[in-house]
Amino acid sequence: MKKSVFLGTLSAAALFAGIAGAGTLEDVKARGVLNCGVNVGLTGFGAPDANGNYQGFDVALCKAVAAAVLGDASKVKYAPTTGETRFTALASGEVDVLIRNSTWTFSRDVDLKFDFVGVNYYDGQGFMVKKDLGVSSAKELDGATVCIQTGTTTELNLADFFKANNLTYTPVTVADDSEGQRQYLAGACDAYTTDASGLAASRATMPDADNHIILPEIISKEPLGPLVRHGDNVWGDVVRWTFFALVAAEEYGVNKANIEEVASTTTNPEVKRLLGTEGDLGAMLGLDKEWAKRAIAANGNYGEIFEANIGSATPIKLARGLNALWTQGGLQYAPPFR
Amino acid sequence: MTEFTPFVRKDMLEPRDPPGNQQGPIAWARENLFSGPMNTVLTLLGILAVGWLALHIIPWLMHSVWNANSLSECRAIIAQTWGPDATGACWAMVRERWHQYVFGFYPMDLYWRPTLAFLLMLVAIAPVLYQSLPRKMMWFTALYPFICYWLLWGGTLWAPIVVLAGFGLFALAFRFAAPKLGVPVSAGLGLLAAAVWWLFVQTPLSTALNGIIPLSIRDVDSDQFGGFLLSIVIGITAISASLPMGILLALGRKSDMLLVKSLSVMFIEFIRGVPLITLLFTASLLLQYFLPPGSNFDIILRVIILVTLFAAAYIAEVIRGGLAALPRGQYEAADALGLDYWQAQRLIIMPQALKISIPGIVSSFIGLFKDTTLVAFVGLMDPLKGITAVVRADINWKGIYWEPYIFAGTIFFLICFGMSRYSMWLERKLKTDHR
Repeated sequence: MKKSVFLGTLSAAALFAGIAGAGTLEDVKARGVLNCGVNVGLTGFGAPDANGNYQGFDVALCKAVAAAVLGDASKVKYAPTTGETRFTALASGEVDVLIRNSTWTFSRDVDLKFDFVGVNYYDGQGFMVKKDLGVSSAKELDGATVCIQTGTTTELNLADFFKANNLTYTPVTVADDSEGQRQYLAGACDAYTTDASGLAASRATMPDADNHIILPEIISKEPLGPLVRHGDNVWGDVVRWTFFALVAAEEYGVNKANIEEVASTTTNPEVKRLLGTEGDLGAMLGLDKEWAKRAIAANGNYGEIFEANIGSATPIKLARGLNALWTQGGLQYAPPFR
Repeated sequence: MTEFTPFVRKDMLEPRDPPGNQQGPIAWARENLFSGPMNTVLTLLGILAVGWLALHIIPWLMHSVWNANSLSECRAIIAQTWGPDATGACWAMVRERWHQYVFGFYPMDLYWRPTLAFLLMLVAIAPVLYQSLPRKMMWFTALYPFICYWLLWGGTLWAPIVVLAGFGLFALAFRFAAPKLGVPVSAGLGLLAAAVWWLFVQTPLSTALNGIIPLSIRDVDSDQFGGFLLSIVIGITAISASLPMGILLALGRKSDMLLVKSLSVMFIEFIRGVPLITLLFTASLLLQYFLPPGSNFDIILRVIILVTLFAAAYIAEVIRGGLAALPRGQYEAADALGLDYWQAQRLIIMPQALKISIPGIVSSFIGLFKDTTLVAFVGLMDPLKGITAVVRADINWKGIYWEPYIFAGTIFFLICFGMSRYSMWLERKLKTDHR
């Protein structure tokens, strides 16, 4: 009896969740605010500044989605999530979209019932060593002590890499990035390994940045992207195509400064469809004509967002690398807007 | 025959100082530090360790920098003033970000609200801590939670007033039913009446009242709370709610009524058997699955409830220790005076049991207050990990390590040390035995 009541409550809750979750787009419009799950402590990608305003590469995408759906990039409620709480926050409906440097993996996509709608940053695990170690390739790290954050996939990648190359190493486990950086600088390990973007940010803030090099090998694939709940395809499409709009805008040279001018003067039919001066793409998504235009105007196109938050003009100085457009040898590629 | 003149000393010899190696610092050091080969070695090692620490920490503290805009600027200033190899503390981070450590992301123009709430809190707890203050101040203490809620979260003033009316309803029901039905039944009735009030009347009434006379201040969302504001809100609420709950649970566990007893035992043992972090994850993750989506059950409230339950189970056991220490004669004396159960508890048993339990209760409270930093794991901005992670994510302060920990640790130490000193003072004041 008790058990059946319990099960009944559970299934009722699940049903509720199903019903309410079926229309995230409607929910967001009705609420007037986008709940965006973000990281609060990743340099360049997502963190509040001294005034409490969220800034970063991932945060910019939250703003773009809010601009596309609600017409105002500031109508975002940022939900701070930790590595432990992020997926539950999304699954339970606490956030509408999770843009928190999460790696797209098979089990997360299939087993955890999420949809990764794109890859906004192609990352990979790398190594940083001191220059005077005299190492120029990760394959020369035989017998090295390596600082590694415990409980992360990087730990497994590291083991795989060394095993595959028949090398030995001694791990020095650390709890988080700040401790890893500290141990590495204090000489507790020869090499520090984490995502290459994180290594670049760490290196940028070291007192003697020139004495440290990031080795060329990238030993894992870490495609980081925004994700939504599985089964809510309408909402998934909105986030996916908002992101593609930013990439396409860079490809067609539409940026924050010239967007109004381009919208009125362009003769390129693809750009016209993108900016809503021709065709009816917005309505297919359940949005108005100018959704993509607003998304681009919010923070600029993909390239501008990259440069403003983590690019070569910032102290982090990440190169575009894999995140360059496909036309420039990278992997960022937006399907056609038609 | 020579004559002996007997010598009889008429006055006492002046007492002389003990020999030089039996007194003064040398004797003290010989006795305490170098009394044997083992102790000598340990002393020398200890001096070396302290000296080594001092050698590293004192220059680091002496080279503190307070005015800079980034860690690299700090480093440049230190290198310029003290030489290229010098290290120093970069307190400029604290100067620039202290407000986030204190208030989290609370809107800056509204900082006066938590500050005022904090000052009023000092007024509200004063009569609880010091019996010599006028007892009428307790009325303010009773009202304080509502004032505090309104000041911190904002919104309409009618909401706390209507909640307060629910307590009024509870008191009214209790008062009329108690003489006829006894304490437990009438308390249950009162609770039922209040629950009905809060569930069904609360929201419509406060909305309607606000429509008639709007008394609103700006809303502040729970996710804007952080730093010591968050720690103190969770800590103080849980501390003040867990003590009465713990008393009831301790009494329940010693009760003769089977149901009350077994429920209390089950609750206490379950909560004590589960780590706090598990309860916090339950609060933040599991509850979300059971509640219908969109129901906005505040995360801070959820955390406060579970932290309170957690603390109450520990307090209950501490108080049960106090109860067990009371001689049986005290209970019998209360019976002989013709006091009923609740009167006996209130007038005879509890004052003594609580007095015995003071050290245990206060150490539970200190532990609870420090445990509030665990909320970082459910995405709340505690001062130690949450805010520090935010500060370190700023490219200007990335790589800063000791300073945030030392800053937050110092404030925690001051608060906890204050609690501990107060409890020792209270123990001395209440000491009536002649041991």
